[in-house]
Amino acid sequence: MILRALFERFDKAGLVFLIVLAGAMILIPAANLLLPVSSPLHVPTHVMSLIGKYLCYAILALALDLVWGYCGILSLGHGAFFALGGYAMGMYLMRQIGPRGVYSHPVLPDFMVFLNWKELPWFWQGFDMFPFAMLMVVLAPGLLAFLFGWFAFRSRVTGVYLSIITQAMTYALLLAFFRNDMGFGGNNGLTDFKDILGFNIQAQGTRAALFACTALALILCYALARWMVTTSFGKVLVAVRDAESRTRFLGYRVEHYKLVAFTLSAAMAGLAGALYVPQVGIINPSEFAPANSIEAVIWVAVGGRGTLVGAALGAVVVNFLKTWFTTGALAPYWLFMLGALFIVVTLALPKGIVGALNAFGERRRARAAAREQEPKTAEQNA
Amino acid sequence: MTSAPLDTLDPQADPAAQQTSVEGAAGALSVTQALLYLDGVSVSFDGYRAIRNLSLYVAPGEMRAIIGPNGAGKTTMMDIVTGKTRPDEGDVLFDHGRHDLTKLDETAIAELGVGRKFQKPTVFESHSVADNVLLALKGPRGPFASLLGWRNKVARERVDEILLTAGLIDHRSRLAGEISHGQKQWLEIGMLLAQDPAILLVDEPVAGMTDAETEQTATLLREINKAHTVIVVEHDMAFVRALACKVTCLHEGSVLAEGSLDRVAADERVIEVYLGR
Amino acid sequence: MSRLKSFCALCLCLLALALHAPAAQADAASALARFAEDSFPETAKAIEELGASGDARAQIILESLAAARLFVDPASRAVYWRTASGVLHEAASGAPVATPPAGLQPVRINNRLRTAIQNELGALTLMAPDPARRRAAAESLFKARDPAALAPLENALKAEKDPAIARAFAQARAAILLASAGASNEQRIDSIALLRARADMGAIAALRSLHESASADAKGLAGDAVAAIEGRLRLMSHVQNVWYGLSLGSVLLLAAIGLAITFGVMGVINMAHGEMVMLGTYVTFLVQEAFRAHAPAWFDLSLPVALPLAFLATGLVGIAIERGVIRFLYGRPLETLLATWGVSLILQQAVRTAFGPTNREVGAPSYMSGAFDLFGLSVTWGRLWIIVFTLVVFGALLLALKRTSLGLHMRAVTQNRRMAASMGIRTPWVDAMTFGLGSGLAGIAGVALSQIDNVSPNLGQSYIIDSFMVVVFGGVGNLWGALVSAFALGVANKFLEPLAGAVLAKIFILVLLILFIQKRPRGLFALKGRAVEA
Repeated sequence: MILRALFERFDKAGLVFLIVLAGAMILIPAANLLLPVSSPLHVPTHVMSLIGKYLCYAILALALDLVWGYCGILSLGHGAFFALGGYAMGMYLMRQIGPRGVYSHPVLPDFMVFLNWKELPWFWQGFDMFPFAMLMVVLAPGLLAFLFGWFAFRSRVTGVYLSIITQAMTYALLLAFFRNDMGFGGNNGLTDFKDILGFNIQAQGTRAALFACTALALILCYALARWMVTTSFGKVLVAVRDAESRTRFLGYRVEHYKLVAFTLSAAMAGLAGALYVPQVGIINPSEFAPANSIEAVIWVAVGGRGTLVGAALGAVVVNFLKTWFTTGALAPYWLFMLGALFIVVTLALPKGIVGALNAFGERRRARAAAREQEPKTAEQNA
Repeated sequence: MTSAPLDTLDPQADPAAQQTSVEGAAGALSVTQALLYLDGVSVSFDGYRAIRNLSLYVAPGEMRAIIGPNGAGKTTMMDIVTGKTRPDEGDVLFDHGRHDLTKLDETAIAELGVGRKFQKPTVFESHSVADNVLLALKGPRGPFASLLGWRNKVARERVDEILLTAGLIDHRSRLAGEISHGQKQWLEIGMLLAQDPAILLVDEPVAGMTDAETEQTATLLREINKAHTVIVVEHDMAFVRALACKVTCLHEGSVLAEGSLDRVAADERVIEVYLGR
Repeated sequence: MSRLKSFCALCLCLLALALHAPAAQADAASALARFAEDSFPETAKAIEELGASGDARAQIILESLAAARLFVDPASRAVYWRTASGVLHEAASGAPVATPPAGLQPVRINNRLRTAIQNELGALTLMAPDPARRRAAAESLFKARDPAALAPLENALKAEKDPAIARAFAQARAAILLASAGASNEQRIDSIALLRARADMGAIAALRSLHESASADAKGLAGDAVAAIEGRLRLMSHVQNVWYGLSLGSVLLLAAIGLAITFGVMGVINMAHGEMVMLGTYVTFLVQEAFRAHAPAWFDLSLPVALPLAFLATGLVGIAIERGVIRFLYGRPLETLLATWGVSLILQQAVRTAFGPTNREVGAPSYMSGAFDLFGLSVTWGRLWIIVFTLVVFGALLLALKRTSLGLHMRAVTQNRRMAASMGIRTPWVDAMTFGLGSGLAGIAGVALSQIDNVSPNLGQSYIIDSFMVVVFGGVGNLWGALVSAFALGVANKFLEPLAGAVLAKIFILVLLILFIQKRPRGLFALKGRAVEA
């Protein structure tokens, strides 16, 4: 029954996506842990973490697609929500270090001892508890998005204006987090993590588990997003995207819809950040850089906005390219490549990879349908 | 930016205009009788007075056609009623004076039961025709109601019933962006029907339609008028005649003449400014 | 002996020629000869002569004498001084001596001579031919408030021709008089008035050091003067904030003025705008390199030459971007935003590849460096010129939009594209030219900004958000709005900085702007009415 409901909810691309992800969730950690290093199918730990990183980006892209692809809100500040989630996780991991820091302080993280702080600031309280930290992972970005959206959508800031102020928001946060007295480690951010839930964060097993969690999170986020966009909620979002004032005249509170989508999307981005931090081992203010947020937008554009699967795919493809470029002799050309990607996708592939494939499929179907319909239409016209 | 035209005809200064407004006042309804009650409404954009001291009273169940030359303030009048534009002064009351529309926004006004069809047909082009109607169906419209609620479980029959009335049943699963201009107009009227508002504001429904389509639209509107109050803004005099209803002629933001089409069409000044000799 | 003597004479002659001060030199030479006599009266005369000579070395010789580091070679009768670090110099030539001659005798002094030396020394700097040194001496006396310096100060005051330095001397004298016990009440009251007119932190310190023997009257006056000066200083700090704010505002306006055209007038979101500014700075760099290589004497002309070149270069790049990318995206602002961001990445990387990732040296022509004093406000020429330049560019742009046919066509196209097209205006050409104009303006902004910012490939990124904020805050499509908003943001920033620090001030301004846009989504000077919606 549930299975049938699922099948109804997901289209073919979505099902393929879910199956691949579920496979990866099980097989990659298995190939890492169970197969000997000599085996050709063995997945080295660093490769697994790299893919895990891509999957975190895929969650961020999914979140962005929900607001941009379906609701027309081009957020240039989603990197901020990602980073906030990351910082919430980073704070938990810092508290886990306990007295093992360089200064061996029982409570204070090293950077606070270094700054001569005497006690933990109020906003660091509670982060030693995992459930609380996880709540903050979604709550902190969600709350910021809610407040920001509440003001912005109510006063009908739309289009590029909204994009610019979201960019200003992440820029302001970037400047703020660079400050030492903000209490988030300033320039260096949070790093040198030791444990997560009592497991050594460097251990192979922990890394495999983190990978599986990330894949699972992506599956769940996709399912949630897909459910949202296939209900009439999603239809209203698309209506808002295509004809906002018309939707309003139909009696919909457009700002409420945007607010729900934006807040959920920010929470999703926060989750992505939280999964990202333990896998890369550091979170610092550069994650707030406006360029990061725009880069996330291009993942969605490359994959195809308004398709969800495409957004996730785009994140993985672009980041794979980035790794491939920047680790080789081609490193100086990566920015040329990325820049060209922005231009080519907007000019030639406005619907992205998945959109182009869909359009191709639809044209074929339409041609077939047109051949059947022809006599009928002729009759109508007469 | 809108440039101000020469201010030649001020209704207060013109004795003839005053006479008409007295005439209009004779046919006026009291606040409690009127479904829609506009009194002394004025609005200006950057010094250009688009609406001047406009008064309009629409009874429940009435069909009213509004005619007038370009720039007479027809669309602005609709903007004011639906909350898109705030008037500088004057009363806009709805439902026998129970609601002050100048204090509400578009959504709240729509929720009260004021439906609007735009001059340029605006439907949700990337949704199917059926989904357009589904979105318009009367019922709770909050985001959580849409996520979890009834709108996801609407029976196909309710949507089809409306599509049948609007003559679009054969196109139910086509994308709204793909259907013809006339069909988009009907779809929009269909969406208004689905919304089931107390009053429908219809802005130039037959612009760009063939004669056959125009006639069909008139029939559709008369059908709708059986259960709803309707205000139609239109230029097409044949269409207005086909509606067979009370006519208000606007000119430079205020009422020039009001009454049956024959009476309005016979008015000297209506001929002067609008119909031509 | 005679050979040595004649050698000394030769040296003196050469020195005299070299220094173009033969008279002074002669005095100094006779003074040195007197030191060699080794008698107190002769030494006293030598001190007097040396003090009167105005010789460049008089000071060090007298200082050495006071510190018993002045020596005579009894054999050659040559005079030497030894620095505190132990290096021996020949007094006549001033040249260091590698191997000290044997049997050097120190020139002896007594207490009477010591006083004479002090007086001559004080007078020497007060009488020094170099005005900067006289001024410095006055300032140090002003701070030290040593009553012993009163006499030479009086002399110097009488002799001084430069009114500004005479004022400094009078102020120093006033400060000394205030602090000393012996001054008369009248002198004190005059001094207080003089210091009140000086009106700076030093004057406050001098007034506070008023000797306790002063009359209640004088004390009251001094208190009033301190209060008045403090009030004035507070006002000055506000004036200074306004000035810094205007300076920052002019930078913001410069960066935003091109955007006010491309975004404000055309509605094109050009994320590569900052890179246009960056290209402008690199054009300046190239022009300066050319000047350094081929015409270093004309280096001051490098900026005027760079201006048109930067305008042309970035304007052409802008036209290329418009023709190559943006024209396919009209009516799709969000896509334009993304595509131009791509362009910005490419431009950055291209510059990085061509010029390297590090900062490049862009020099300041003579008229851009230095500062002058305006009623106690230190005004740097560079900032002043940038403000003037910004206003000139702004005015020229306004005129160009009003008076030229391109301006007319631009306004026509932005107001009603189809109507303009049907009237025979080539709208694609106007689009390209408008975009080129906006980009060219960014380029000339780059020329100015190269004077105050690091010229690196990342320069553009730091301006893009600020520029958008300026345009949006001012009201899109409104040049005057951009002017007001740039200066308002600049001044607000500078007033917040002392309260919160530079970074917090910037964050605060950003947050305020975000809130402001919520309140007035269309900026300070928004267009109203139905035309906006359409």
